Parts: sequence; structure tokens; C-alpha cells
Amino acid sequence: MGGIPHDHYEPKAAWEKGLAKRLPIVGLLYDTLMIPTPKNLNWMWIWGIVLTFCLALQIITGVVLAMHYTPQVDLAFGSIEHIMRNVNGGHMLRYVHTNGASLFFVAVYAHIFRGLYYGSYKAPREITWIIGMLIYLLMMGTAFMGYVLPWGQMSFWGATVITGLFGAIPFIGESLQTWLLGGPAVDNATLNRFFSLHYLLPFVIAGLVIVHIWAFHTTGNNNPTGVEVRRGSKEEAEKDTLPFWPYFVIKDLFALAIILAVFFAVVGFMPNYLGHPDNYIEANPLATPAHIVPEWYFLPFYAILRAFTSDVWVVIGASWITGGIIDAKFFGVLAMFGAIAVMALAPWLDTSTVRSGRYRPMFKWWFWLLVVDFFALMWLGAMPAEEPYASLSLIASAYWFAYFLVILPLLGVIEKPDPQPATIEEDFAAHYGGDDVGSAPSTQPAE
Amino acid sequence: MLKKLAASMVAAFALTTGAFAAGGAGHVENIDFSFDGPFGTYDQNQLQRGLQIYTEICSACHGLKFVPLRTLADDGGPQLPEDQVRAYAEFFEVFDPELDDFRAATPNDHFPGSALANAPDLSMMAKARAGFHGPYGLGINQLLHGIGGAEYIASLLTGYTGEEKEEAGTILYENVTFPGGWIAMAPPLYGEDVEFADGHANDLHHLSEDVAAFLMWTAEPKMMARKQAGFVGVLFLTILSVLLYLTNKRLWAPVKGRYKKK
Repeated sequence: MGGIPHDHYEPKAAWEKGLAKRLPIVGLLYDTLMIPTPKNLNWMWIWGIVLTFCLALQIITGVVLAMHYTPQVDLAFGSIEHIMRNVNGGHMLRYVHTNGASLFFVAVYAHIFRGLYYGSYKAPREITWIIGMLIYLLMMGTAFMGYVLPWGQMSFWGATVITGLFGAIPFIGESLQTWLLGGPAVDNATLNRFFSLHYLLPFVIAGLVIVHIWAFHTTGNNNPTGVEVRRGSKEEAEKDTLPFWPYFVIKDLFALAIILAVFFAVVGFMPNYLGHPDNYIEANPLATPAHIVPEWYFLPFYAILRAFTSDVWVVIGASWITGGIIDAKFFGVLAMFGAIAVMALAPWLDTSTVRSGRYRPMFKWWFWLLVVDFFALMWLGAMPAEEPYASLSLIASAYWFAYFLVILPLLGVIEKPDPQPATIEEDFAAHYGGDDVGSAPSTQPAE
Repeated sequence: MLKKLAASMVAAFALTTGAFAAGGAGHVENIDFSFDGPFGTYDQNQLQRGLQIYTEICSACHGLKFVPLRTLADDGGPQLPEDQVRAYAEFFEVFDPELDDFRAATPNDHFPGSALANAPDLSMMAKARAGFHGPYGLGINQLLHGIGGAEYIASLLTGYTGEEKEEAGTILYENVTFPGGWIAMAPPLYGEDVEFADGHANDLHHLSEDVAAFLMWTAEPKMMARKQAGFVGVLFLTILSVLLYLTNKRLWAPVKGRYKKK
């Protein structure tokens, strides 16, 4: 697969040839598993495997949980307690599933920021990036609907607040919200459809993951230098790459084992740490919790949603220009979705010809500031909507947009990049052999 | 390991947040419960005392509708003998829709729900309240001390000041732990409300801690099994990590060695 020359599967026995002629599945698996992978990949390239594992973990635990769960407003909360108390191993299944969502988002954020730093979104990998963003959006939808299922106070009120966002859309909002909820408010119809979709979407994600992998197997992996693999001949390509199996499979599994050890410590010793106590109170439409806070992984975008209040000049301006159609609430919704949209547009907003942030002296600073900004937004999203948090949220939200809409386009013009290595092999040799770079190509080729 | 990590973090934060954490309404003191930390286990005797307090005092108004009575005999709980559980269950009356009448409960039934309409069910109360917050919304106190649901309950039971006021026809009692400072529940415990068969201390502090521990168990009955699974998981994954580290090192050695300066 892809443009990097390498050995392909050759059917030998008669039955192998027969099978290959009818269904080239062995060749497909072989090419996928043996894909030439840049040998200088660092530890930030392990998150893809972690994410694949998370998806499998969530689907497997989720399917078993669904066997014991009842999506009905009077029974849902009790059926969770049934899982926690009566189902064999049910308490572990549920805690693995709820904390599994958190692991999933830790991994996806690390994966996204790795892509942003090393320019993995740039040509020719734009489609991989866009598919990735779609997966991320679906993950958020799935996680949100999953959080509604236990039918606790935070489930109910979180669902009320978030579906209320659609109600902010001018003209069609109210009917759209009613259509989504299956009624005028969050109720049994909502719980039922959320359960149905929570079960469906992971399989859509799985399909997109295959497309995501297909896309970057076509272009080849990016790598920390951003320099492309040499493709002139198989021998040349082999100096820059190693087959995925066994080199990267073992490396990734090693990283996964460490991450899972930490994960199991969280599940075993502090399974409710990342959750909210209010969700152990059954949903009550008549009692609003004091603070409605989404799960941690939504907080950065929740902060952006709340940042644009009616006293902010851009909101006043937008409202005036549109004759009041865009009010503060709708502006917040646009900002929240816009924050993800500008990230998805990064391939076209970044004007630099240098792919990896490693060779971009100015970019580095702005990038790390974006990381700090992300964590600041996450913290602000959990704080009450009052000063000084409101102003800080506005500043942090502004930087998020400025990074993608102003800084990325400008840097490509004004920045003078550092010299890049000519080849991946040169980078690898410099890392492992000190200054003896020149002699590297004369050594024997990889097996 | 978690405790060490926690200890170093507390040292870092104690300096900056000491003043912030001290005092104020709603403050909950950390209690050294037997089930705290990764190695913590329930104290079976304490759970049995807590069950007695719940039965004699709390159950007059509050229910435990999510807790099956049979689990009183389970490992990692109060572990009453099965005949005692059967005898205990008979104290409660449950409505049987098949008989269309009330009958004595059996171990397969749940505890009854709340007898008083505005008394919340206590099944998950120890998980539904957080004793510790912050500092600054960072969740560090919960990382160090746990979420603090049991501490919140114990603190609430001892947090009455003795002040009362009447508001819209109900009497409210001042309580330093309850959010807002005024709670509708009259002080349920004064000390020496319950006599234990073994003569265990029954002052207010002991009683409130015992019942808080019992409610932690009703909220998290599988805690001991969960921690054990956690240990097994962490242990095996650590061994697996070491094996994979060695495999990986060996696998890559010739690749990396090719570029090593000789």
C-alpha cells in the first residue's frame, strides 16, 4: 500500500494463490502490518495504538454493560446500581467503561497535539487530519450521550444544557431541539434515542478509523522531522524505514502496557475521581444542581461556549450587524463549534512550507502557548461564570482562535526556519550515533 | 506510591494554599477511615455498628432502596451470618405486588425506601457528596484525601451548632457542614443514642464515624474486590511492561547499534 516501495505478499502454495485470486485478504493484512514506518518515530507516535485499544475496550465493555442496562427513565438509574451490585464483575466493567472514556480523551488530545506540533495535518495528509477531526467529533457525541445513560442529576442537566445549545440556533432552533429530544424536554424519548445512538456511533467511529488508517497508509506516516521517506528505490526507502511489525508493534505495546498500569490504578483505587458526585443522585427535573459541569474532556470547549457573553464587543457587533439574529447564546454556540472548525482547517491555515515544529523557532513558542491555553480553558470551564474567570475565559478563547486564524498563517511568511536534516536516516543516526552521521549510509541496509 | 506522590504534592501546595483551605462554612475535616487509600479495607465491626445505628436511628426516616438485604452477608461487607440476615430482614415490611399486600422482607428484597418523603435515600449518599474541594478547582484535595463523602456525612452529623430558626413553617437547624448552613433534618445523634452489645464507645464522634463508614459500604459494596482487582491489574501490567521493555530494547538494539560510534 502507498507510495513507499517495499516487499509485498507473494502467495506460494496452491491454496494461497487460489485464495489471493478470489479474496486478497492475506495480502491486505500483510501490507497493512508490514507498512514501512519511519524509524525515527518518537514516543508521541504511540497514541494511535492506545486509541485503537480504547475503542475496542469501550465497545467490548459497552456491549456487555448494555446486556444489563435498561434505557427507561424510571429504571435506568436502578439498572446501573444493579450492574454495580448484582452483576458478576459489573462494578469493574462499569468503572473500566467510564474511566475508559477518560483514557480515550487523554489519548486523543495527545494525538491531536502531536499532529499539531509535527505538522502531521499538512499536505499530503489533510484527509487523514479531516477524518481524524470527524472521529473526534463523533467521540464527543458518543461520550456525551453515554454520560446521559446513568440518568443521574448531571446526566439529566448536562443533557438539558447541551441540547439547549441547538435551541439557540435562530429560527429553526426550537423545533430542532424538540426533534432531537423527541419532546419538549429531556425525557424517556431522549434517553432511548441516546442509548440507541451511543451504541451505534462507536461502530461508525470504527469505520472512520479504518479510513483514517487507510489514508495515512497511502501517504505514509509523518515523523518528527517532517521529512518524507525517500521513495526512489526499495533500498533507499529501507534506510529510512522499518516494517511496522515487529518494531513498532512491540514499541507501542510497551507504551500501552505502562499506560494501562496507570489506568488500572485509577480504576482500582479512585474510580470516581474524574466523575461528579451529583451523578449518584437520580435525575430530578425539578431540582437543578448548584453547578452544572460537563466531564473534564469537554471543559475547554465549554469554557469557549461561556466566554462570549452579551457584554463582549464582538458579540455586540455581531448582534448589531445581524439585527439581533446572532445573540450571545448563539454566538457562544458558533464559537464552540468554530473552535473545532478552525482546528480542522489547520492544513489550509498553516502557510509554512516546513512541516515539523522542531525546525520552526517561532512556531514552537506559539504552539506551547496553545497547549497552556488548552489547559487554562479546561480549568476555566470548571470554574463558576464570574470574574475573574469570565475575562480569563475570553482571553484564552481569543488566543485559541488567534493561533489558528492569525498566527499560523503569519508565521509561514515571517518565520525563518532552522535547517532540516536531508533524510530520516540522518536524523536517526544523529540521535543514536552522535556526530558520526556521514558514515551511516555506508552500513548494511535494514533487513 | 500514590501516597508518596500525594505527599510530595501536598508539600508543594500546603505552602501556597494553607490559608485558603482553613476555616469557612462547609469545611470538612479529613478522617482517617480504615478504607482510605489503595490499601484501605472496611472494618467489619465498624460496618456492623454502623448497620445498628442506621437501623435504630436513620431508618426511621431514610431508606436504602438500592441495597439488597442479602449483601449484608457478602464478603467485604458487614458479613453477618446468613441466618442473622434472614432474621434481620424480617424486621422490614415490603410491598409485594404479586400478593398485592405487605409482607415481611426476605434477604432477596432490598432495604425499604425512605419513610419520610423529603428524607433522601442514603444508598449512594457517600458517593453523592464531596467532602473535599479545590484548591482553586484543581481537584488536588480529592486526589490526596479521596472525594470525602464519608467525611462529609460524619462531619454533617457532628456539625450542628444548636441554633434553630423557623422558615416557611419548617424548623431549620444550623449546621456548619451543610451547604447554606441550615438543614431541615433535626440533629439525629447526640451520643449514647445506641448501645452496642460489645460495649464499644458510643459518643457522638464514634457514632457518626461508624454510620458514615456503613454508608460508604452501602455506596461502594464492592470496594475491597475492586482494590484487589486494581492490585492484580497493576502488578501484571507492570510485569508485562518490563518484559515488553526488554523485548523492545533487544529488538531495536541492532537497528540503533548500526549508527553507534565505534
